[in-house]
Amino acid sequence: MSDALFKQPLRLRLASAGFLSLWCLIAAFPIVWIAVLSFKEPIDSFAQNPLNVIMGPTTLSNGKGLSLIDVVFGIATLFGAYRFATNILSPRVKAYSPQGYLAFGWIVGAATFALGFVFIFTIILPAITGFLNNILGPLGTPIIGHTLQHYYAVWVDNAFYENFINSLIVTAGVTTISLTVGTLAGYGLARAGTMLAFWILIIALVFRALPHSVLVAGYLPFFINSREILEPLFGTSAPTLYGQPWAVIAVLVAINQPFTIWMLRSFFQNIPAELDEAARVDGCTHFQAFRWVIMPVMWPGVITTGLFSFLLAYNDFLVTSLLLDAQNQTMVPAITGYFNRETTTTDQVEAVAAAVSITAPLFLLVMIFQRQIVSGLTAGAVKG
Amino acid sequence: MNKKTFAAFVGPSVAMMLLFIALPLATVFMQSFHVTIPVTDTVEIETCTPGFAGQTCVTKIETRPVFDAAGNPTTTTKFVGFGSYQKVLRLGDAAAALAKSSWHDLMLIDFWKALRFTVTFTLITLPLVLGVGLAIALAVNNATKAMKGPIIFVSLLPFIITPVIGALSIRWLFIGDGILTAGLEWYLERDLSLFAQAWTLEILMLFYRVWHVAPFAFVVFYAGLQTVNQDTIESAIIDGASRFERLRFVIIPHIMPLVVFVSLIHLMDSYRVFEEIVGFSSQAHVISLQWLTYDLLSPDDSGNRSISRASASAMLTMLGIVLILAPLLRRTWQDFTKGRI
Repeated sequence: MSDALFKQPLRLRLASAGFLSLWCLIAAFPIVWIAVLSFKEPIDSFAQNPLNVIMGPTTLSNGKGLSLIDVVFGIATLFGAYRFATNILSPRVKAYSPQGYLAFGWIVGAATFALGFVFIFTIILPAITGFLNNILGPLGTPIIGHTLQHYYAVWVDNAFYENFINSLIVTAGVTTISLTVGTLAGYGLARAGTMLAFWILIIALVFRALPHSVLVAGYLPFFINSREILEPLFGTSAPTLYGQPWAVIAVLVAINQPFTIWMLRSFFQNIPAELDEAARVDGCTHFQAFRWVIMPVMWPGVITTGLFSFLLAYNDFLVTSLLLDAQNQTMVPAITGYFNRETTTTDQVEAVAAAVSITAPLFLLVMIFQRQIVSGLTAGAVKG
Repeated sequence: MNKKTFAAFVGPSVAMMLLFIALPLATVFMQSFHVTIPVTDTVEIETCTPGFAGQTCVTKIETRPVFDAAGNPTTTTKFVGFGSYQKVLRLGDAAAALAKSSWHDLMLIDFWKALRFTVTFTLITLPLVLGVGLAIALAVNNATKAMKGPIIFVSLLPFIITPVIGALSIRWLFIGDGILTAGLEWYLERDLSLFAQAWTLEILMLFYRVWHVAPFAFVVFYAGLQTVNQDTIESAIIDGASRFERLRFVIIPHIMPLVVFVSLIHLMDSYRVFEEIVGFSSQAHVISLQWLTYDLLSPDDSGNRSISRASASAMLTMLGIVLILAPLLRRTWQDFTKGRI
């Protein structure tokens, strides 16, 4: 009966499907488009005719292109990677992680997937399609312009890998430290229920809302002059904090802390308090109960919160651009160097290639952790 | 849990927040009332050159920086009260502009210009984000099961992308003769330059922000829609409620707490609007409050950072956040005293 009751008229279903297709197009188009641009010669990338941008006639005439085989294999591999990440990876990670180390299992799993993805796309796929292109004749002749020269220019000539390594250091540091500090605090706050705990949470909420530039205005004078200020304390080994990645890590961890403790607290509250009470009756201290009883069931929450810490550190522009100097710059601030100097179209396409390079890891991240990201977004909402 | 254990668990986190959030806030507050300037002294210099009838002597009074033993210019910090605030707010000029009731003059002052943009940006994006998010959530709820995963995957992309890069990706579609500008020019049969004036830039920024945040609203609302009681909907249908009435009187009240939650997060985040200015390089036409502070903090052509004015502008920005949060904090406090948390 209820099926008949909820049956929708065809018109409504069509409208709803049409709206969804439009949304998916709008959501994906800018990202897909810059990816397409980045593989073309500048003349094609900024052609007036969209078809020229997609097909890349100039790039093709320079002898760089993809054949039909390449395109079909590429799309099939991409689809396969998506299916693998969404359906197969998660059970595998759960099955192979040692007891109580699910987070490490995920890190290893995600890193293996990312490396495998890069390996297949840069080495295995070109080898296979190169072989097939040679024997298949007409199907194997290039039809779409495609060049990696801008990526080569960005990563090799302009040493973008240095920025990548800096980003890696900063994000890894921020994620590990904020999770370590945050899980302890989240657990304490979830189990305390005192007036003090309430006030800490409220103040954290206010801190969460602070514009980051307000805080940076506080750090900057101190960071620049820290050598002189800290000299009485540390002697001549006093560091200049400005430009130090670890100082930026500390700053980002602190900025991230309010969000982390709110989120982890809401995950901890979903774990029944009877669990640690039972452990305490059996003679555990609070720390032992936390480590051996609560943490093993807490890993999903930790992974989700870790993802958001990762995103905050990886996506940050304001703090890193003001507190790091040019040598230690992470990827996102480094890219402003590209588009501010865009004098020639080649520079512009290189900026696009750098932007796509920054987006690619995030793309893989959504592929692997889609479910966790969704659960993280809703976890905050349900508990408020 | 006794006090000692609680302190051990919460201690590290609270210490970090005190050291890296509360302390900087206090110093920003102090800095905003002080300025640091290089110490200068004036010296009288007499230069003489030989001439026909004896020497020609010129006396000049010169201001020059004082150097300490190590050869660095010495600086002094002095209390200026609300001087830096005045430099940011420029109340005199603002009052003059108001007296002439000249909106244009008021918008020449950076702070008021930034405030105007930040507030309109926040208020316009809020209903758009809620509306688009709810529409996507309803449509996805309608879609067949096999399509839901891929649709959520595609929807998450604009949300997860680095904000600066997201803004850049929209910029590259429109800048110069970018593909969509070319399309619009062809359709309207006229020349367009979308990056040459404020209002087109603002529309692009609004579009970017809705594109970036709507997925978040969608995911939260979609989770809420899964918990709508099907029996209530069924009885509403039997009572003869139309589709719209069901949405208006059953579904929306059910997800109302989520609407409040998304609105709050969005208010906090869009008040901090910043990455759009960088991504669209719009500082010549449109600036936001957070960008104003950022700009004052960045070294200018001679390498100086106006820390004091930046602090004043930061404090003023914070004032706005406190105003936005005040109602929420009051409600949370009431909930707490009633024992609902």
